[in-house]
Amino acid sequence: MKGWTEKLLRVNLNNKTIKIEKLNMDNAKLYIGGRGLGEKYLYDEIDPKIDALSPENKLIFMTGPLTGTYATCAGRFNVSAKAPLTGTIGSSNSGGHFGPELKFAGYDGIIFEGKSDSPVYLHINDNIIEIKDASHLWGKDVMETTDILLEENEEDAKVACIGPAGENLVLFAAIMNDKDRAAGRSGLGAVMGSKNLKAVVVKGTNSIGVEIPAYFNKSIKEARDKIKNNPVTAGNGGGLSTYGTQLLVNILNESHALPTNNWQKSKFEDAEKISGEFLAENYLIRHKACFACSIGCGRVIKIPDGKYKGIVGGPEYEAGWSYGASCGVNDMNSIDIANYVCNMMGMDPITMGSTIACAMELYEKGYISEKDLDGKKLIFGDAEGIIEWTEKTAKREGFGDILALGSYRMAEKYGHSELSMTVKKQEMPAYDGRAIQGMGLSYATSNRGGCHVRGYLTSTEVLGIPIKTDPLSTEGKATLLKTFQDLTALIDSADVCLFTSFAIGLPEYASMLRGATGLELTNEEMMLVGERIWNLEKLFNLEAGLTKADDTLPPRLLTEPVSSGPSKGKVTELDVMLKEFYEVRGWDEEGIPNIEKLEELSIEPKSELAY
Amino acid sequence: MSKGLVVSPEKCTGCRTCELACSYGKSDSFNPKDSAVSVLFFDDVGLQVPMMCMQCDTPHCMTVCTVNALSKDEKTGIVKYDSEKCIGCKMCVSACPFGNMTYSSRLKKVIKCDLCSGDPQCVKMCDYYAIEYKELDSNLNKRKNIANQFKEAFGEVAK
Repeated sequence: MKGWTEKLLRVNLNNKTIKIEKLNMDNAKLYIGGRGLGEKYLYDEIDPKIDALSPENKLIFMTGPLTGTYATCAGRFNVSAKAPLTGTIGSSNSGGHFGPELKFAGYDGIIFEGKSDSPVYLHINDNIIEIKDASHLWGKDVMETTDILLEENEEDAKVACIGPAGENLVLFAAIMNDKDRAAGRSGLGAVMGSKNLKAVVVKGTNSIGVEIPAYFNKSIKEARDKIKNNPVTAGNGGGLSTYGTQLLVNILNESHALPTNNWQKSKFEDAEKISGEFLAENYLIRHKACFACSIGCGRVIKIPDGKYKGIVGGPEYEAGWSYGASCGVNDMNSIDIANYVCNMMGMDPITMGSTIACAMELYEKGYISEKDLDGKKLIFGDAEGIIEWTEKTAKREGFGDILALGSYRMAEKYGHSELSMTVKKQEMPAYDGRAIQGMGLSYATSNRGGCHVRGYLTSTEVLGIPIKTDPLSTEGKATLLKTFQDLTALIDSADVCLFTSFAIGLPEYASMLRGATGLELTNEEMMLVGERIWNLEKLFNLEAGLTKADDTLPPRLLTEPVSSGPSKGKVTELDVMLKEFYEVRGWDEEGIPNIEKLEELSIEPKSELAY
Repeated sequence: MSKGLVVSPEKCTGCRTCELACSYGKSDSFNPKDSAVSVLFFDDVGLQVPMMCMQCDTPHCMTVCTVNALSKDEKTGIVKYDSEKCIGCKMCVSACPFGNMTYSSRLKKVIKCDLCSGDPQCVKMCDYYAIEYKELDSNLNKRKNIANQFKEAFGEVAK
């Protein structure tokens, strides 16, 4: 079947063996690629109870059947492993050019097993595949590492690597590719670091075909036209291309849904100064796109002076928020620098900024002192602090060694885990779940912990896409969320950028996939793919030992009402929504999928837990 | 009158859809290495530049070709490549002053833009308008833009 290369690389880092094996096509038809297929391999091959940083964990890179074609915004790849930050299934996708290059080299994905006894990197040039020494790269940042690897291999190769944060097992380290694109969440960079795997360098010269060209062409044209004519997604003058994702700052602030000072407030008085509009006016050079993308939300910005002076990738909304509103910082340039340090060091800026914000509140409340903070103060609004602590965290210097654990473990250490704004120990980003009820449910039920892109109900509750719903009402949110979660899982498995969903929907994704693969699945059956993935992730988490008690929110969202704006007095009404959500999902009251549901989805559980 | 490709690097986002459109248009499969257009990245200044054959009036590639595999269509301006005649000497690759001729050792042929016989796919698929196919004899728009810059500069001085 075209679309897939039907080949997979299996790299054992214990004994340095490389095998090319046939892709399991039965699974590919059920899970498509990317997030779904990668997670299926993970579920089948590891025990969910293992320590995420042990050699027993596997690190799985996976592309999808659209990767490498010009299907709109479909140049992505996904990385899966058990996540060190959350102990859940870990999965994160990234754009740039690395994924398509892997496909051009002739492989749908790579499974890394075991652990190398010394630093190595994998070099792929079509069918020449070698594990090479990386000791000269250990300790080097993402930019230097990428430059050196391109110099010592093919100059037009693509690189995915970790920075010092991944090497130092910072629990929210990212895997970076093409310098400033990231598989950012879940701490997968730490898993890569734990395996002593510094980088993957790939160059490919093979062609990728599609199964039904005429059908494929028509579906791509329709999808691209919709994106081109949509005010949010249009590459030439749309909201995302003009202001980047930070165009959300003012919108969320006006809704009093922009968490500020570690979620103590829901409105940031200096929001304007950290907005996409402000960035565009003062620091933006131009916008940039990932492979085959027709939206172009990426920011190319300038850092005007200082030791990080240069032209670099700019922050996303959630990164800008974590360092900005959440830390009470109103200096855009400092936020840009802190975000760039995350890119250099290979860290998730959402968790990094949020962890600093949590430390600021611990300090404000007197739970930590200057003695803990290497003799420094740490107050909300400390623009220099966000940069300095980001640098120290990557290197695990001083208090940075504690910050490297993420906010939950840090706050727990000082006896105040309630101040960690996390779900399943991963930081929630940028949208107040009290002011946007459905987002509260989305965070609580996300299979990879606090996360906005697993079920982005902000789209309907705030932006009115595809229909406007009342953000303060809980009614119908469980059903809406299930639809969003399942569709997102399908989109992530097709390795298409989620931002396309502002302009296109299930019919377009399904058509593109049918055209590329020849899969004869109806639109409804495509949605079942998403539901299958969601249930598989849930099974992984249950088998890892998570329970209903983990499908919750920080006490602040459940007990401290919003203090201003249209949602004043509201908390997240989780109990009522969660009960309904389990019902809608066909799960029992403990959130365990029943056997009929699993049979309907063709999932075979490994343990008896599901019965 | 002659139409040609006009590239605006400042509009290019580096998505490389042009590379994909080119290879797919020629072979029904996607492969940037088989594309007659390549996007070059200059990260230090944050710029991407799509490069392709400019269909020269005096094509050096054609001049050095001893077997007449390259010929200029005077009506359309397209420098055409005939793979049947090509003997794979690669002289044209050396001769092109822009490096816009490439040889594929895998396909055993030269990769050369033929403007898709007047309907360039790279242009059609570029959603950022970084590559356009336009009448070159009347370049009034570009001239207007430059004149505008003069106007602004001198207007500033005049204040």
